[in-house]
Amino acid sequence: MAAAAAAMSPVTREQQLLLRQILGWRAAASIAWSVLLLPVCTAAFISISTIDLFHPIQWITSSFNDLYTSYVIFCLLLMSVVILVISIFNVEFHAVVPSIPCSRLALISKVIHPQQVIHSVVHAVMGMLVAWCAAVMTKGKFLFLSVPCTASESSADDVPYMCLNEYHLFLLLLGAFMGYSYSLRYLVHNMNYLPFPIIQQYKYLRFRRSLPLLAKQSCVESLYMVRNFCAAYYFFGYIPKAWIITTMNLHIDSKLHPLDTVAGLLDLSLLYHSWLCGVILLITWYIAWLLFRIYSTEAHHFPVQPTFTEETDQCLPKILNSNPPPILKFLALQDLMFLSQYSFVRRQEVFSLSQPGGHPHNWTAVSRECLNLLNNLTLKLIAHQEATATNGRLNQPSVGDLRKVPDTPGAAAEEHSFQSPTAGILPRAQMPSLVKSSLLSLKTSPVTDLGSNLGSPFTPSPLSRKAGMLELSSPWHGSVQSPHIMRRGPKLWTSYSDLQWTGSFQESLPTIAVARMSNEAVQPSSVYLWLQSKKEQIKSFLSKRVLIMYFFSKHPEASIQALFSNTQMHIWALEGLSHLVAASFTEDKYGVVQTTLPSVLNTLLTLQEVVDKHFKLPHVSSKPLRTSGNLADTSYKTLRFALRASLKTAIYRITTKFGEHLNAVQVSPEHKKRLQQFLEFKE
Amino acid sequence: MCSLALFPPPPPPRDITLYEYNNALVSGHSSEKLPHPIQAQVEDLPTLTIPKEMLKAHSRLEHSTKPAFIHHREILWKRCINAWRDVGVAGVLEELANAEGEEQWNQGLGEQSWTDSAKQLAVRWLKAGSCCTLALCRWVSSLHGSFFPHLSLPSEDMIAEFSQAVDWAGCSIRAFAWHPHTSKFAVALLDDSIRVYNAKSATVPILKHRLQRNVASLAWKPLCASILAVACHSCVLLWHLDPTSLSTRPSSGCAQVLSHPGHCPVTSLAWAPSGGLLLSASPVDTAMLVWDVSTENCVQLQWFGGGGVTFLAWSPDGSKVLAATPSAVFRVWEVQMWTCEKWPTIKGPCRTGCWSPDGSRLLFTVQGESVIYSLSFLEYSGEQQGRVGGSKTASIVADLSETKFDTLYGEERIGGEVHSMVWDPSGERLAAVIRGFSDQRIIIAVFRTRNSPVFELLPCGFVQGEVGAQPQLVAFHPRFKKGAVLTVCWSTGKVSHIPFFFENGPFPSFSSPQSPLLPLGSRCSTREQPLFSEL
Repeated sequence: MAAAAAAMSPVTREQQLLLRQILGWRAAASIAWSVLLLPVCTAAFISISTIDLFHPIQWITSSFNDLYTSYVIFCLLLMSVVILVISIFNVEFHAVVPSIPCSRLALISKVIHPQQVIHSVVHAVMGMLVAWCAAVMTKGKFLFLSVPCTASESSADDVPYMCLNEYHLFLLLLGAFMGYSYSLRYLVHNMNYLPFPIIQQYKYLRFRRSLPLLAKQSCVESLYMVRNFCAAYYFFGYIPKAWIITTMNLHIDSKLHPLDTVAGLLDLSLLYHSWLCGVILLITWYIAWLLFRIYSTEAHHFPVQPTFTEETDQCLPKILNSNPPPILKFLALQDLMFLSQYSFVRRQEVFSLSQPGGHPHNWTAVSRECLNLLNNLTLKLIAHQEATATNGRLNQPSVGDLRKVPDTPGAAAEEHSFQSPTAGILPRAQMPSLVKSSLLSLKTSPVTDLGSNLGSPFTPSPLSRKAGMLELSSPWHGSVQSPHIMRRGPKLWTSYSDLQWTGSFQESLPTIAVARMSNEAVQPSSVYLWLQSKKEQIKSFLSKRVLIMYFFSKHPEASIQALFSNTQMHIWALEGLSHLVAASFTEDKYGVVQTTLPSVLNTLLTLQEVVDKHFKLPHVSSKPLRTSGNLADTSYKTLRFALRASLKTAIYRITTKFGEHLNAVQVSPEHKKRLQQFLEFKE
Repeated sequence: MCSLALFPPPPPPRDITLYEYNNALVSGHSSEKLPHPIQAQVEDLPTLTIPKEMLKAHSRLEHSTKPAFIHHREILWKRCINAWRDVGVAGVLEELANAEGEEQWNQGLGEQSWTDSAKQLAVRWLKAGSCCTLALCRWVSSLHGSFFPHLSLPSEDMIAEFSQAVDWAGCSIRAFAWHPHTSKFAVALLDDSIRVYNAKSATVPILKHRLQRNVASLAWKPLCASILAVACHSCVLLWHLDPTSLSTRPSSGCAQVLSHPGHCPVTSLAWAPSGGLLLSASPVDTAMLVWDVSTENCVQLQWFGGGGVTFLAWSPDGSKVLAATPSAVFRVWEVQMWTCEKWPTIKGPCRTGCWSPDGSRLLFTVQGESVIYSLSFLEYSGEQQGRVGGSKTASIVADLSETKFDTLYGEERIGGEVHSMVWDPSGERLAAVIRGFSDQRIIIAVFRTRNSPVFELLPCGFVQGEVGAQPQLVAFHPRFKKGAVLTVCWSTGKVSHIPFFFENGPFPSFSSPQSPLLPLGSRCSTREQPLFSEL
């Protein structure tokens, strides 16, 4: 979390405070509940581990008596501490945007990242502690690490030799192994990702719903882990054993079977108790994880209008427009979606005018942020499509087709913050024609000005006209769609292999631009060309080596998933915006939404076009993969399909509500045609 | 209370109901032309007849390639492994319990070594064990079945029992659905194909899929042009039909399969009016499933009791869902927090139900009773999270018990339980398919309704089809400007449209469903008043 928060630039103190206030309480509640559930799990563990079907009454009474022993109570305390530590890690590592490694190398680098190493080590230690507790609670032969030797030579001496109890050691190592594997799974399956549920439900019901799956998965996983650990112990078990014996000055009981042999490992009681130990470890940890996930994704009710002036920072429009920690932004957008859909009173607050002055500040803030998010997504998708399209051209060393520096950097810079600075840098000459004109018109019309001059965004400005001419003359006009170009070339899926689409896109775009400009500067020298060709040769040489390709090749599915990793935000923005616009048809008394309607339509239709085009790219599957019932949520893998569906629904929601009235809204002719198709239900 | 005795007598036997004008149903001869202005209104709605004889029987009854190969008997453990892979633990038990061939084969060999006899002993033990386990399982399931008798029905009978169609098993049309926004409808036929008719185009896409068997229900996705959900025997199919496409046989690649273990047969579907979510229900599964169809994720809404869910109806304002169960209880869910309220009925399970356009009133009928109940709900304003807000008891608004009509052509007895019921989108007309308890004919009764300021239910008339045609399914056209259009599927395979002309009430359907600006007092006073007008 801390890392994620640091990546976003200015997080104000108030927002940190708010985050702590919201998330802190949620984390505390989830920890409290998981600690409260611990005795239940422990009691179940004790009764199952001492199971005796032939003497049921004795079994039940003895397991009840065991519950009150000081051993067990101490173990409970220790395990509560373990749960606390695990939960702190859950809170610190959580993310609303999953990080998806695009190649195997990226995955490996994630595993050896210091943060992850700390995570793994701590989890291994915690696993060992849980295993120790399990060993103590199981009693019997697992209780102590050292036991008096049973061998005959000890009886002669006064001081009995102490021998190593390998069963105890086995359990401890198993705990460490499980902790480490849990940590690895946590990383690989993106278990730090907080998926927001598709429907709202009470926390208890959500918990109850996932409980059977959790129990089942813990049992099955524990089985696999015990199997893996047995294999590992068979081969490497002698190392820790020898180390413990030498450091603690213990002996080996020659009468007992050593455990790193086949016969020793085939001890049913040992396997059963190790499996149980694994089950309690996984169940308690998964419960803590699940509760945190349920608590943190619960909807939060942000006020639309502050009742007191101190609360200004906590109200919805303010949070949407600032740059808060991601989870706060997600919660705010989720709340926007709910209020637009369900709450008449809060919608009225959004449509209301400010008391002195009569400005629709709330609506302007909300719509500006939603449109901003959607426009950024449009730009990101265009850039991705370009990268895929230029892939084929990379082989030709000609630099001529690298487009000129954008001709209007000044204009772009002078604009309000409505448009992100990336817009100015985007390669305009290669944009598809429709998209370009609308984007440019978007750029020239900050939403804040829309209230005053309605028509302006749709009269083609000289700027966009000029750009349109430029584009027509460009040799690459229309080539983007050509599938031949897209399919040619090496099998790297994005042309800039060093470019990470995963993370902060805003930062990476300027670097491309800078790189390109520097390329252009060097262009005339033949040395550069020679270097380029050498580079290509090396690349093609390397790409033929299987092992290197194995590590470096980007998985197309993964890079697309990474592109859409934060799309949940856009889906909520779409739903919130469309519900608000549709509701404004009857509820907006002052007509504040009307002024923004053209730009909303413009943005939605442009995005629709770009998304359509995206799904026509090669390597893009048009259907979601089947997901099996898994505890770790994989919903981030299918977000793009949700985006496509909710985008269409959003446009239909507006068109069905407004109907023929939309013909009076000024939009570009292409968009008018598109709107007509939506009105006739032909999309 | 409205009763059948107040209805005008049914039309003469050879006449069919043509349209409604000036609050009266006009009937005439089937060949009679509608008056020109009326004809112009319904001209583009496709009328069709699909007789049963026209439909081909199932081409393949068995959907596997097994019969094409010579049967080859494998050794027991191999068969067990196969069964485990195909069916699971139950399959292994079944296989073990039927493991007789092995033994006889062994015995036929005559003399045996001790390994053989040991093997035989083991097989015998396994066999006895699995027989016992199977018997125990059967006993438990029969116990379960004795609580919920519908569970012991074969799945086709179960669908026929709970389907909204009057004669699901025998009629050529099994399900029908209007598109919520355009003049387009889909019909599911006896041969498991689906045809999509469009008023504006002549192409009739025919949808067939390997998994599309025993279609019980159809539903078009709202706020979308092209997605049709089909409740099939083992899954929910989602057809993506490109409205601009001219193809008459969309490939099965256009269909998305949503399946969940233990959730079959699916008998009812309901889309959220805001798009997005799809609900599916099965009489076997106690949980309803909420599907996010674009990502194929589903959430189980588990609520034990009732033994399953047979019928779903989502209120048009999107705030509540009716879920009927096979036992004498039904639930109404509120969709913001997905909590439910439970209403036990006295006599039998809830058969069908429909919502008023603003979602404030639910009309439902109970199997075995010839009355229509009404249940009113608090006005929905999003603030009361997790509350359904239904009134304490339901009131009877119509009595449909058997009534004798003396007509010129003899005496007619009409009345009985309501099989299915639909309310038109403007909330002005209610059509109920009435099926008598004995061998009476099935008839459609049409009521005039008003929901505000006071709920009123007034008789309008009976709708009659051609000679020998029984109504099978009814549905209202979602967008008809001049009143309402009732589409009736008849048992002869005919689909006809009957227009009702009336002025829409003072509260058009697109007005905001919420009216919290009303002072609270007035709302209370409306709730004090009787829920139906006494006549």
